[in-house]
Amino acid sequence: MGFPHRSHPRETPVLSQHFGDPDARSLAGWRQRGGYRALEQALTMEPAAIVGIVKESGLRGRGGAGFPTGLKWSFMKPGDGKPHYLCCNADESEPGTFKDREIMRWTPHALVEGCAIGAYAIGAETAYVYIRGEFTEPLQRMTDAVREAYAEGILGPNALGSGKRVDVYVHKGAGAYICGEETALMNSLEGRRGNPRIKPPFPAVAGLFGKPTTINNVETLAAVPHIINNGAEWYKAMCQGNPKSTGTKLYSVCGNIARPGNYEVVMGFPFKDFLYDLCGGPPPGRRFKAIIPGGSSVPIQTIAEAEATVMDYEGFVAEGTMLGSGGVICIDDAQCMVKQIARLARFYAHESCAQCTQCREGTAWTTKIMERIEAGQGTREDLDTLLEIADNMTGKTICVLSDSCAVPVVSGIQKFRDEFEAHITQQRCPFRGAAAGGGVATAVAA
Amino acid sequence: MSAPPTDSGSSSLTELERAPRSDAHMRAEDYQPVFTGPARAELNELLTHYPTKMAALLPALWIVQRERGWVSEPAMAEVAAVLGLTPAYVKGVVTFYTMYHQHPVGKYFVQVCTTSPCNVCGAEDVVRAILKHSGAGELGVTSGDGRFTVIEVECLGACGFATPVMINEDFIESVSAERVPEILDSLP
Ligand SMILES: Cc1cc2nc3c(=O)[nH]c(=O)nc-3n(C[C@H](O)[C@H](O)[C@H](O)COP(=O)(O)O)c2cc1C
Ligand code: SF4
Ligand code: FES
Repeated sequence: MGFPHRSHPRETPVLSQHFGDPDARSLAGWRQRGGYRALEQALTMEPAAIVGIVKESGLRGRGGAGFPTGLKWSFMKPGDGKPHYLCCNADESEPGTFKDREIMRWTPHALVEGCAIGAYAIGAETAYVYIRGEFTEPLQRMTDAVREAYAEGILGPNALGSGKRVDVYVHKGAGAYICGEETALMNSLEGRRGNPRIKPPFPAVAGLFGKPTTINNVETLAAVPHIINNGAEWYKAMCQGNPKSTGTKLYSVCGNIARPGNYEVVMGFPFKDFLYDLCGGPPPGRRFKAIIPGGSSVPIQTIAEAEATVMDYEGFVAEGTMLGSGGVICIDDAQCMVKQIARLARFYAHESCAQCTQCREGTAWTTKIMERIEAGQGTREDLDTLLEIADNMTGKTICVLSDSCAVPVVSGIQKFRDEFEAHITQQRCPFRGAAAGGGVATAVAA
Repeated sequence: MSAPPTDSGSSSLTELERAPRSDAHMRAEDYQPVFTGPARAELNELLTHYPTKMAALLPALWIVQRERGWVSEPAMAEVAAVLGLTPAYVKGVVTFYTMYHQHPVGKYFVQVCTTSPCNVCGAEDVVRAILKHSGAGELGVTSGDGRFTVIEVECLGACGFATPVMINEDFIESVSAERVPEILDSLP
């Protein structure tokens, strides 16, 4: 539901049903709401049968890439004699995204249960939940939930009396966006610097501690108990005729929007209705100018593109962007696109782990040139240079952080070239000092 | 307010955003170990979570920071000894992550998000108000009374509650420049 707002009738609250309800946090409260029934059932099933249901449901990874979860799980071979691990990615650092935080704050047991089922399904006895260090409250909620689950014998050597061992541990990160990248997260968990690893080998072959590992996002794992309880068909039915994108999705909506918050809708929801009806549209007196719908690493949409979008994996791609992490960043007509793209470049420059030259140098130079243009000291050649650097940063590095820095620059120059040019010809930021709500047209013409 | 652009090339970005080093040095002979008593027991319990000792490094550093407020070089050496690592290795890890303080900070460590989603909601005004009202004046500098160290940080994962401000372990949501005096004045 549109937490912190009341649920909108057009939402389908599954994961967010209990957001804002403190009683759902405790083990007793969670059990009253049907908690741990799915785990109980799962522990009586063959791991392969669980993987089968998840495959059938069509669930795809909610961490950004949308990889089919059941397929990812099927790469693991339970019973191969090696320790296996499950990592739950709770690093949530993609600008615009704050859904995993609410899942952990309000329904920590949902995630403990999802981790336990996931671990069992891939033949792992241990699951680690890697939570970013800044998430002090989610860390506390998860630590409390895990402690309660051990005290009641839900976790441990004889999970729920099944004779099977399932351990879940909470691990606190220490400040680094890059640790959300799956192999960087594994390095960080092992007590190393959070540098992404070259793939292959893929985590399913050699992941955490060199052992077969699966990594999933918080929202992905939290959906699993619902799928076990209600069946694959129920989950699959939550779409608008596109069987490749199923279920509900939590979108974190932020920036210039009347009602920021987390909204949960079925796949295939019209983005226009989402932005205006559910989220209340732009702040009073303003108009939307641009939307970044999937966290800061996906291409920027013009408002016309956003309004034409169907909200599912394929729908966002059809309108030139990606669903990503579901962090919807709204930008209104009082904002300077050049300034915000420069700020995003600075983010990536700050977060680059600096292993790859293209990324280390590219993010830094992109930031420098973007900030120069924003300050009114740019030249026309700078735009070509930016595109050239962006090209050199794309598809050439160990992980895609480098590509992510190029994305807003390229889509920004493509779609908001008039603002870049206005900075260059006027030798100043046309928005600086412009009355709020003045709009692009006024500011750029000024 | 981002760190100002400079001409010194790529590495300047991270350099600039790092708080200046304090001159509070600690002599090794004055060092009191952290991992004795309850903290040692806590670490021993943590070690059972992992197949390697090294994996307890981040948790061990968190214990140090909780107990001492920052992670000094002698503390890094102690952690290294306890986990069977070298001090240089531990330092390499400490410096990778932004949340370990390598020098003492003010009584209140204030982190303000200024990444784009918060930026478009006025985060820079919040930073200016905090710098002014706290007396810190500048990013990364501790106020004269030792109470405040203020830094800008990247996305805190609470973008729908712009602008989030972290004061030590506490997350304060939806901070506007107008609310800053009231928030800072309410701190003991
Ligand atoms: C730079 C970078 C940062 C990432 N940050 C996160 C993150 O904070 N949370 C997350 O779940 N996935 C993040 N991912 C994606 C993960 O690498 C991985 O694909 C995901 O956790 C897999 O889970 P899923 O299949 O359930 O989506 C990031 C990827 C990259 C390249
Ligand atoms: S692309 Fe950037 S963040 Fe990713 S491994 Fe290379 S240097 Fe590190
Ligand atoms: S951008 Fe400020 S909390 Fe995410």
